[in-house]
Amino acid sequence: MRHLLSSADLEPDDVTAILDLAEEMADVQHRSIKKLPALRGRTVVNLFFEDSTRTRSSFEIAGKWLSADVINISAKGSSVSKGESLRDTVLTVAAMGVDALVIRHMTSGAPQQVTGWIDAHVVNAGDGTHEHPTQALLDAFTLRRHFGGDTGSFANRRIAIVGDITHSRVARSNVLLLKKLGALPVLVAPPTLMPSGVDSWDCEVSADLDAVLGGVDAVMMLRVQRERMSGGYFPTPREYTIGYGLTRDRLTALKPGTAICHPGPMNRGLEISADAADAANSLVLDQVTAGVAVRMSVLYQLLGGEDES
Amino acid sequence: MADSTSPPGTADTSDPGPQRVVLDAEDISRALTRMAHQILETNRGAQGLVLAGIPRRGVPLAERLATAIEAAEGVRIPVGALDITMYRDDLRSHPTRPVGHTRMPAGVDDAVVVLVDDVLMSGRSVRAALDALGDLGRPRAVRLAVLVDRGHRQLPIRADHVGKNLPTSADERVLVRLEETDGSTEVVITKPAPESGSSPQEASL
Repeated sequence: MRHLLSSADLEPDDVTAILDLAEEMADVQHRSIKKLPALRGRTVVNLFFEDSTRTRSSFEIAGKWLSADVINISAKGSSVSKGESLRDTVLTVAAMGVDALVIRHMTSGAPQQVTGWIDAHVVNAGDGTHEHPTQALLDAFTLRRHFGGDTGSFANRRIAIVGDITHSRVARSNVLLLKKLGALPVLVAPPTLMPSGVDSWDCEVSADLDAVLGGVDAVMMLRVQRERMSGGYFPTPREYTIGYGLTRDRLTALKPGTAICHPGPMNRGLEISADAADAANSLVLDQVTAGVAVRMSVLYQLLGGEDES
Repeated sequence: MADSTSPPGTADTSDPGPQRVVLDAEDISRALTRMAHQILETNRGAQGLVLAGIPRRGVPLAERLATAIEAAEGVRIPVGALDITMYRDDLRSHPTRPVGHTRMPAGVDDAVVVLVDDVLMSGRSVRAALDALGDLGRPRAVRLAVLVDRGHRQLPIRADHVGKNLPTSADERVLVRLEETDGSTEVVITKPAPESGSSPQEASL
């Protein structure tokens, strides 16, 4: 594997290999010495042009536990705020001699473009409204454990993805990945938050959350991304919650054992109630834990072997 | 694993050339029984013993040793698997290697850990295993048991319990086959034809 840019690039066997290795990496989280020497001498730069806490720190921990040197650069307080272009920033960082660049950018396709400018491995940590492949992988890791083990356990599982599909790179990456694993994603959103070309995604689409909830094995609630909305997508937050929030009442409609996921950060009281976020079958914190293991696995797959020339 | 040029988990499909069987299944069984008794003798019983097999073939060998120890002492001692992939010193000279499974059911703190591998050659696998073990805890002592010691050491490492010392030349290959991993149990020496042969550098781990 040279880069990780999109869930679309991964074959089912690749996904199984990444998740299996992540299971080995997850064991390291329980050790007193959380360190493996695999990436000693490698340098990983987290280049974040958007705010992020969990993804950036998750990549940072993952790199450090594999003994790589990890440097964080965020747009705020860097030369980016002085007007430097993406290309110049990336070339500057690459000129220092980095082995992998983990990049988050507000423009869809930015990581793809970066691969043409530098030799380092590139990991997409979220680009605009396009993709966030490591989030999809950690969701798959969390759900695979919940479903009972191997990748085959995804077959014909119905997984509702609820909320702001239009602005969600998480939704797109998850739909692509879940379908490859044999699961049946169901997109649920008000018509204003459903992307216009959703027919081509080739999965079930609904505007009625209550009609879907009782028949799914997992429900992924998406964050309402106020920063990407210029208004007008729904009348009030209160109305959004009534129509599409995972409220206390809706919890009772779920089949027993239905997994509840949220990529975070959660808007408690908006798309997910405190009762749902803290329910026994909520996997929200498992997802965070899985994030480190999955990102360790991805970094090892990219950087663990010989340099390609 | 110790003598294999292919990454763990992949089948060796190259033509092994002419083969010579040096240990058959019964020889191996007798050697393991003797090693089990030696391990118990050195340790003065089974107290505190943990066997750690190095994947792939070290793990079934460790299981067999545990069975032989149980037959002699009536105690089932814990058996684990210690993957060394990420601790190897040649990670950078190969494409990304698949990582094996590490599980140590009993803790290693204050235990007497016996590392088990099929072939001891350069000693580099054992060096990696010692580092991997050190990240899991602090054993009271670490010993080394190998089915075959074929010489050609490149590091100051020596086995405590050896099934068979096999003087070999560097261009020969020693293949350990076990029922559990290979469908038959034997140790063979092959001498690959020069054109398909592995270079001494490749065979060094």
